[in-house]
Amino acid sequence: MILLLTIDFAGEIKPLSDQLEARFRTEVAVSPCEFDCRAFLDQQRNQYNSSAMVKRLEQDRPLSVCKVLAVTGLDLFIPVLTFVFGEARLNGQCAIVSSYRLDNRFYGLAQNPALLQERLLKEAVHELGHTFGLFHCHNPECVMRSSTYVEEIDYKSSRLCGQCSDRLVKC
Amino acid sequence: MPDQVSMLIVDDETSVRESLMHWFMPEGYRVETAGGAAEALDKLRDSSFDIVLLDVKMPGMDGIELQKRLREIDGQLTIIIMTAYATVDTAIQALKQGAYDYITKPVDPDDLSRLVRNAIEQRRLIRENLSLKEEISSLISVDEIVGESPRIQEMLKVIQTVAQTDVTAMIQGASGTGKELVARAIHFNSKRKYFPLITINCGAMTDTLVESELFGHERGAFTGAQYRRKGKLELAHKGAIFFDEIGNIGSKTQMDLLRVIETKRFTRLGGNQVVEADFRIISATNRNLEEAVKEGSFREDLYYRLNVFNIQLPTLKERASDIPLLVNHFVRKFGTAMNKPFTGVAPHTMEWLKQQPWPGNVRELQNAIERAVVVGKPPLISMDDLPCPVNWRSSLEAEEVLPLAEVEKRHIQLALDRTRGNVSLAAQLLEVDRATVYNKIKKYCLSY
Repeated sequence: MILLLTIDFAGEIKPLSDQLEARFRTEVAVSPCEFDCRAFLDQQRNQYNSSAMVKRLEQDRPLSVCKVLAVTGLDLFIPVLTFVFGEARLNGQCAIVSSYRLDNRFYGLAQNPALLQERLLKEAVHELGHTFGLFHCHNPECVMRSSTYVEEIDYKSSRLCGQCSDRLVKC
Repeated sequence: MPDQVSMLIVDDETSVRESLMHWFMPEGYRVETAGGAAEALDKLRDSSFDIVLLDVKMPGMDGIELQKRLREIDGQLTIIIMTAYATVDTAIQALKQGAYDYITKPVDPDDLSRLVRNAIEQRRLIRENLSLKEEISSLISVDEIVGESPRIQEMLKVIQTVAQTDVTAMIQGASGTGKELVARAIHFNSKRKYFPLITINCGAMTDTLVESELFGHERGAFTGAQYRRKGKLELAHKGAIFFDEIGNIGSKTQMDLLRVIETKRFTRLGGNQVVEADFRIISATNRNLEEAVKEGSFREDLYYRLNVFNIQLPTLKERASDIPLLVNHFVRKFGTAMNKPFTGVAPHTMEWLKQQPWPGNVRELQNAIERAVVVGKPPLISMDDLPCPVNWRSSLEAEEVLPLAEVEKRHIQLALDRTRGNVSLAAQLLEVDRATVYNKIKKYCLSY
């Protein structure tokens, strides 16, 4: 089972939950996160430390749950990098994705809920893919392709390529 | 994953180490971390890494000093320096000590990914370049200079010395002593070995032809010049040019050549554009050029320009002790090429080969053995296989009049060799009785 935890996330979670259920062919439960995320705020950067948040998610993970994916509207960072769209532990149990920089409004563009939903799905599948042991993929259309710009997220599809699908089945 | 990239992250902050490790692991890299200098040095001693991400400010030893120490362990390491306190001085210091690049924390994810990707690509290209160079080195076949005689050993040392420099070398020696072989050995042991060695045989060309060959020509420079053509000097750029039989060039070419050697600049025939080329000059001659200078047929200034480093090649007679080695070398070489399993030459044949004057030097010996391998039957080359008329001619040319006893001795030895030591058959060939042959064997200490 995959547990979707929402952390300061104002958007609709149901569509994402349904799509993940279809993609990973497993039950997806949704729940609000209980911990206080202010503990992870870097005052100087006004961003939240995703590495520390993932660590906390791992500590709190219910044993009955296979994977935990936190979905947040907060701006995430890891030390050294200016921002991240999300973070996961390779072969781990927990991951986090942020909608903050997936939203067109962040780039001064008009709101586009459908596009935001699509981007969020891609990032969610990407980070969950890492928790299942998938590496970054060189196939430009594969969802496991590394994306450091939002345009790169738009270019790739929300699906795994053949090779990554095979690897996921083996996992 | 055979080509897995390995990365060592060195930072005193746990959060930085861990977050970077989790950032790079999904790329498929093998990532290890170290919290300080001592741990980093230990990890590098225990295992090899492609890339090190190194924090510049750490307690105990700073990144700049640690970079130096890491390089002492692995000089090929690609190091990327990270710092939160960017100063131009530190950046320059890090780069001067060979860091691949320098980033200021926090860095844009795309910049970091691109930087690491480029570093990996550069490392891959360096490795590929090295392996290709090794491959090329193994493909460049320089015929071995065979010989253990003091003259040859001394010459090999000279070749090694001169090869390491860019100095102009002149090889002097009689025909067939291996002047081109020495030129190739100089070039392929020099730092220019990955660039061409262009040979120009001056003996076979007229002044006009040499000019066109050397400098090339523009389209329409003369009748038939339909295209621009690079000259040999231009083709030898970064490599070397070998002037064989330099003593045969005419006075005009001598003058042109002198100018080119001085400036390394020239124009193609029919052109105005000045072409610059960086080449090393090696020349060879069998003429006594000092005599030619005295006679006025060779320019003195050119002679001194070409003869900066002189290598004199001994004749085969002067290194007769090398004959068995050379013979065996040629037997192996031609035997392998012709797929004939020769193991050597018959003992009496070797003795005979050693006694010959070989006026055509190593080339003549090589040709004789090649012919013997063609006609002979393995495993041993015998006297029957050698080109006798050539040998007799050699003997006669080299020693105009031989003492009668010597002629008799050689003739009986030849008969014994031809009959593979069968005294009765040799006696029949010589039309004498067997006792006479035995007496002569005893008298001249002949082998059979």
